[in-house]
Amino acid sequence: MKAKRNNMKAQTLYDKLWNAHVVRQEADGTALIYIDRHLVHEVTSPQAFEGLKLAGRKVWRTASILAVADHNVPTTARAQGIADPVSRLQVETLDSNCAEFGVNEFKMSDVRQGIVHVIGPEQGATLPGMTVVCGDSHTSTHGAFAALAFGIGTSEVEHVMATQCLLTKKTKAMQVLVNGTLGKGVTAKDIALAVIGKIGTAGGTGYAIEFAGTTIRGLSMEGRMTVCNMAIEAGARAGMIAADYTTINYLKGRPFAPQGELWDKAVAYWHTLHSDEGAQFDQVVKLDAAQIKPQVTWGTSPEMVVAVDGRVPDPATMSDAVKRQAAERALQYMGLAANTPIAEIRIDKVFIGSCTNSRIEDLRAAAVIAQGKHVAANVKLAMVVPGSGLVKRQAEQEGLDKIFIAAGFEWREPGCSMCLAMNDDKLSPGERCASTSNRNFEGRQGQGGRTHLVSPEMAAAAAISGHFVDVSKL
Amino acid sequence: MQKFTMLNGLVAPLDRANVDTDAIIPKQFLKSIKRSGFGPNLFDEWRYLDHGEPGRDNSGRPLNPDFVLNQPRYKGAQILLARENFGCGSSREHAPWALGDYGFRAIIATSFADIFFNNCFKNGLLPIRLAAEQVDELFKAVAAHAGYKLAIDLEQQTISALDGKVYKFEVETFRKHCLLNGLDDIGLTLQHVDEIKSYEAMHRAAQPWL
Ligand code: SF4
Repeated sequence: MKAKRNNMKAQTLYDKLWNAHVVRQEADGTALIYIDRHLVHEVTSPQAFEGLKLAGRKVWRTASILAVADHNVPTTARAQGIADPVSRLQVETLDSNCAEFGVNEFKMSDVRQGIVHVIGPEQGATLPGMTVVCGDSHTSTHGAFAALAFGIGTSEVEHVMATQCLLTKKTKAMQVLVNGTLGKGVTAKDIALAVIGKIGTAGGTGYAIEFAGTTIRGLSMEGRMTVCNMAIEAGARAGMIAADYTTINYLKGRPFAPQGELWDKAVAYWHTLHSDEGAQFDQVVKLDAAQIKPQVTWGTSPEMVVAVDGRVPDPATMSDAVKRQAAERALQYMGLAANTPIAEIRIDKVFIGSCTNSRIEDLRAAAVIAQGKHVAANVKLAMVVPGSGLVKRQAEQEGLDKIFIAAGFEWREPGCSMCLAMNDDKLSPGERCASTSNRNFEGRQGQGGRTHLVSPEMAAAAAISGHFVDVSKL
Repeated sequence: MQKFTMLNGLVAPLDRANVDTDAIIPKQFLKSIKRSGFGPNLFDEWRYLDHGEPGRDNSGRPLNPDFVLNQPRYKGAQILLARENFGCGSSREHAPWALGDYGFRAIIATSFADIFFNNCFKNGLLPIRLAAEQVDELFKAVAAHAGYKLAIDLEQQTISALDGKVYKFEVETFRKHCLLNGLDDIGLTLQHVDEIKSYEAMHRAAQPWL
């Protein structure tokens, strides 16, 4: 009876994905949900595999897992392996665990290797209607495919490996509606940062966010992934976008995607993966795309963000004491004075990469800005790190590598790189970086390093000028 | 998993909002393939004046005298008092591992990031949400009294202060049950193998491309 009534009620996309995966539910709402795809990387998995071994447990469904090393891998001289013995051991541990448990892994030498959140969709391993988990908070990225995707901890990685299920509770649902036309030089990254600026880094805590509206509909899959990727920076474990022809066209022919008759069946189901007319959300946030300008973060939390034509805010004007203290601390860490125009901030390094912005479209957009120009004299290092070996190959076929190299950028091997600086790519204390990644926390890109989050276009333009510039005015 | 029932512990205040998991345990320590040994590097960049690396002996490193946990009065603290959005950012379970390894058993804050909150329960660490005014009150009390302790009773869902004041807190029934009994999630879930198998069969029939 209950199920019937539920069916009649207008459902959100989140309701549909959730309901399709509940195996059982406790009285307090804690549910066991079934996991279709489990992505695994070297940093958050060794203790999970070890736990399985200690308990003598097997992996429930090895075919659901796709593993890759991305966080620790070097972006230069890959043929020589990993110099740092601690990093090397972690990657080797992944290799041996995958071999032992029969898990499919893209090794470092494989052209398909790359950042876990880039390769999943690229391979068609992320499909609409799936539940997708990974021991990584940016798993929200995969929600761009109308999947329920979120990051989990290592104990949960072990739990999913052993049981194919996750113990969790349904969260509230938020709709972020973005309507209208984006201005020149304004990108999916700017939408994401503008949303975080509006609702704050805890604004989405306890929610799953569905991004909708004409602007979102108009984004490519790359752009949609950028937006969902940053949902976690707004505090939401999951971000998602309804499936449509953009989604389906992107997936067609990808190695892990269904084919033939199964493809047709799948597509018919995927067309139902959207929020019904009249579905109720616990909260709705609206943004007018035309009002969004290129964004630049000025502090040590992604919510500390302003438009490029703005200024560093003055903590003295903030009435909330906790916010004021945080802003004062952030300005001190960032070495910035209140009221400094953003366009006057000079940078030392540029990083174009990460699971937020390292896909082919991101590299194309940055290359358009870099073409025929040269990196400014005060910029010590400008690097482009493709999200996967396949993105790199595609970019090279299009000649993007030549544009970057001629402009003075370094063209690297795929991986997480300076997004979190676990390998050799890092900022030195005090260095200031224009970065297309997703976190500007203290020390994120290297101890004492200062990160400003921007779009690929903005990062490339900053590299050329040596300071931030408004790409909408170029 | 270690059980959590009652705790009468010293409180250490960390008066900052948005403490992220990168700050709790910096990335270089994530290269470890173990679950233990992260305690000496908890809050590494705030706690020490030099740069820490895994495998290094931490005992001789210069401490940052301004960092709260380095103050002698907070030595041996088991309860961490914090502000809003504690544990935001990366999903690394190394964060609760490091907090637990250091000696913390409970964290009281205005709010927590979802993944971190969840990870705590898997490691016998109790995250407690209190209202902003209550957290404020506790910060003042901790500052005013050296050796300030709180008594946490999970069964009763109460925190008792020395002055007799009692704070009630919420905790989900299922999580409470697991924590009180130190239950292992995987073992519990595997009691439902048949249900998982029948769900799986139905799911595969409905979506054979998966
Ligand atoms: S690119 Fe950065 S955010 Fe993305 S998975 Fe790697 S480290 Fe995490």
